[in-house]
Amino acid sequence: MQVKTTILSLPTEEFVHPGTRACTGCGLAIAYRVGLKALGKDTMLVVPPSCLTVLQGLFPVASTALSGAAERGDNFIYFCYDNEGYMNTGAQRSGTTPIGAITANTPFKGKLQQKKDVPAIMAAHKLSYVAACSAAYPLDLFDKIKNCMHLPGTKYFHIHIPCPPGWGYDPRYGIKIGRLAVETGYYDLYEIVNGEFKLTAASEKLVEKRKLVPVQEYFRTQSRFRLLTDAQIADIQQKIDEKWAGYYNKDE
Amino acid sequence: MGTRNYRRKTSHSEHGPGDGGRTGSWRVERPVLDQSLCIPCKRNKEACFICWLFCPEIVISRTIPPRVDLEYCKGCGICAEECPTRAITMVDEAKFSEEDKE
Amino acid sequence: MHIIENGNAAAALGVKLCRASVIAAYPITPQTPLTEKLSEYVERGDMKAEYIPVESEHSALAVCIAASSAGARVFTATSANGLLYMHEQVQWASGARLPIVMCVVNRAVGAPWNIWNDQQDSISQRDTGWIQIYCADHQQIIDTVIKAYWIAEKVSIPIMVCYDGYILSHTFMPFDLPEQEKVDAFLPPFKPEYALSPEEPANLNTVTLPDVRLDVRGELAHSYMEIRYLLQEDLRSTLAVAADAEKRFAKIFGRSGDPYIESYRCDDADHVAVGLGSLTYQLRVSVDALRKEGIKVGVMGIRFYRPFPDEAIANALKGKKTVIVFEKALSYGYEGALTSDLKSALYEHLAGTVTLPSVQNFIVGIGGREIRTDDLTQMFRAATKGRVSREPTWIGLKL
Repeated sequence: MQVKTTILSLPTEEFVHPGTRACTGCGLAIAYRVGLKALGKDTMLVVPPSCLTVLQGLFPVASTALSGAAERGDNFIYFCYDNEGYMNTGAQRSGTTPIGAITANTPFKGKLQQKKDVPAIMAAHKLSYVAACSAAYPLDLFDKIKNCMHLPGTKYFHIHIPCPPGWGYDPRYGIKIGRLAVETGYYDLYEIVNGEFKLTAASEKLVEKRKLVPVQEYFRTQSRFRLLTDAQIADIQQKIDEKWAGYYNKDE
Repeated sequence: MGTRNYRRKTSHSEHGPGDGGRTGSWRVERPVLDQSLCIPCKRNKEACFICWLFCPEIVISRTIPPRVDLEYCKGCGICAEECPTRAITMVDEAKFSEEDKE
Repeated sequence: MHIIENGNAAAALGVKLCRASVIAAYPITPQTPLTEKLSEYVERGDMKAEYIPVESEHSALAVCIAASSAGARVFTATSANGLLYMHEQVQWASGARLPIVMCVVNRAVGAPWNIWNDQQDSISQRDTGWIQIYCADHQQIIDTVIKAYWIAEKVSIPIMVCYDGYILSHTFMPFDLPEQEKVDAFLPPFKPEYALSPEEPANLNTVTLPDVRLDVRGELAHSYMEIRYLLQEDLRSTLAVAADAEKRFAKIFGRSGDPYIESYRCDDADHVAVGLGSLTYQLRVSVDALRKEGIKVGVMGIRFYRPFPDEAIANALKGKKTVIVFEKALSYGYEGALTSDLKSALYEHLAGTVTLPSVQNFIVGIGGREIRTDDLTQMFRAATKGRVSREPTWIGLKL
């Protein structure tokens, strides 16, 4: 088994400079920074209009292009940072906004629809590598990038990135909130290597522990979820429990 | 003086800090380290460095003691929140004198 | 060597001779056979290039933009709604100053669906900062592709090589196939001023603020307005570069013409028809017929549409009584875009010096409506006798 990277063994060379235009406390730079440490110097980034460069990300604009490139097997790594909304335009709903979240254009009822499962869509392209990561688990991200670099064709990374203004929380809690999303089983860290699904890092440990933090704990950290009713939260909790029952079953 | 002789005809930025400006001016609270609580300081050897890992602005050094580049630190407070020994506290910028801020 | 091929093949052969190394395209009628041909060359190994069969026109140009930024000589082609779907990237390519060459095989745009020829597609991209050149026959198609790479790479501005769907794209005509050695002599390998490289990292086309500011080296860098001004300035000076291209081409290939316009029996003409593309060759038949009647007419094809060779055109039309513009497109709500451009050029260069010619506008062949030479001749004749209508006159309309 591959040795897991630790803070002390993480390369110290930096490829991102301070002075980005990202909002205070945005987790995106963590992903960029750790991602580039893994990829190394010989890397070219193609950045669609997005928060860090100040402009929209994957979901409406480029999903056809990504699907096309993945189907052709173009050799590249796609990093989709998921801040769960159109954040650079002021936090409107997107395909990956979770159900119940208040956004700038779902102001009174919250989003009525489910979050789109983009990594599953990408996995359906039968890619050599698909990963779900989080800015709160940078070392997991680092190791996954290292794992996939030798694999052929298109590799897809989904990175959950807390967004202080879009989600409604004090910037200092960004990493804690990202971690809570994982510890509640709401957002899972995993990789799919040549079709083989495997939970990783904290999500993998949750299978051993058999104990999830109640999802309510996650929702109460962010003002965007303030409209969720107890019944809705119970419904979401039930769905999480069912998903995890499946993981536990596989483990046995 | 205009840009007539500029070497490019496109928007072309080269690497270097500060493309988003001196973002330290965004800060309302400043991280202050208590070395007596900081793990690598106490042990005087490489350890912990969680503040360095999670800093979204790449302004905390991986040194003993860890140093914050106040020219660019936006004051998000993630380092203070993540520090396992609570060695970093966020202090209101108003508490620092004018010279301090320079 | 003279060969007989269709217009799409002429374009494909031109691209092959120019050694384009990245081709990205999405099929759309009537462009399809052109890019099929290129995929054949690549798969057979006749062309050392990467052919990327993208899933949309938007991606086709996006790939070209990326590959060109990395220093590759690139090619794409499209038609009609494909070009419209590309539009956002079209603007990007010129703002990024990339020397992309794209064939636009002219076709009507929807709605309603129509796959036949007119020129509304490329005309609707007039203001995107691309160079636009129109071809009237197969020789012009292949020669223009070759010249286009030379010009585009000189001025760092992308070029649309436009030719009429079916009328040129699918008809067979004899033309001279330039020799590879001569093309290599004419067109050196592409050496961009900057090509993306990890050795020299840079962030391209980053956000600009309303005002200029210092870059990381402390030098005052352009903002959006300066970058856009330079595009305009360089487009205007492209006219001189096109003349150089023509001279250089003549020296190596032994054939040449006016780089901007192509005149037929215009010297002593009182009335000159003006148009873009293959229509101007059809109008030569009308010119010959009217000349037999003793009416002094000529026809001028405009090859360079953007940048607009206003001075050359105004000089060529100086002293004429009537300018009759036949167009396969129009600026809906007013008149043909070329008509407005011509009026503007005539006013700018001739007002106050001579009597300005009267300008009349005819709209023909919209959505592939048959353009009967007899109809052209009849309307041309009528226009020489006085203004037919204040509004653009649609020829062949069956209302």
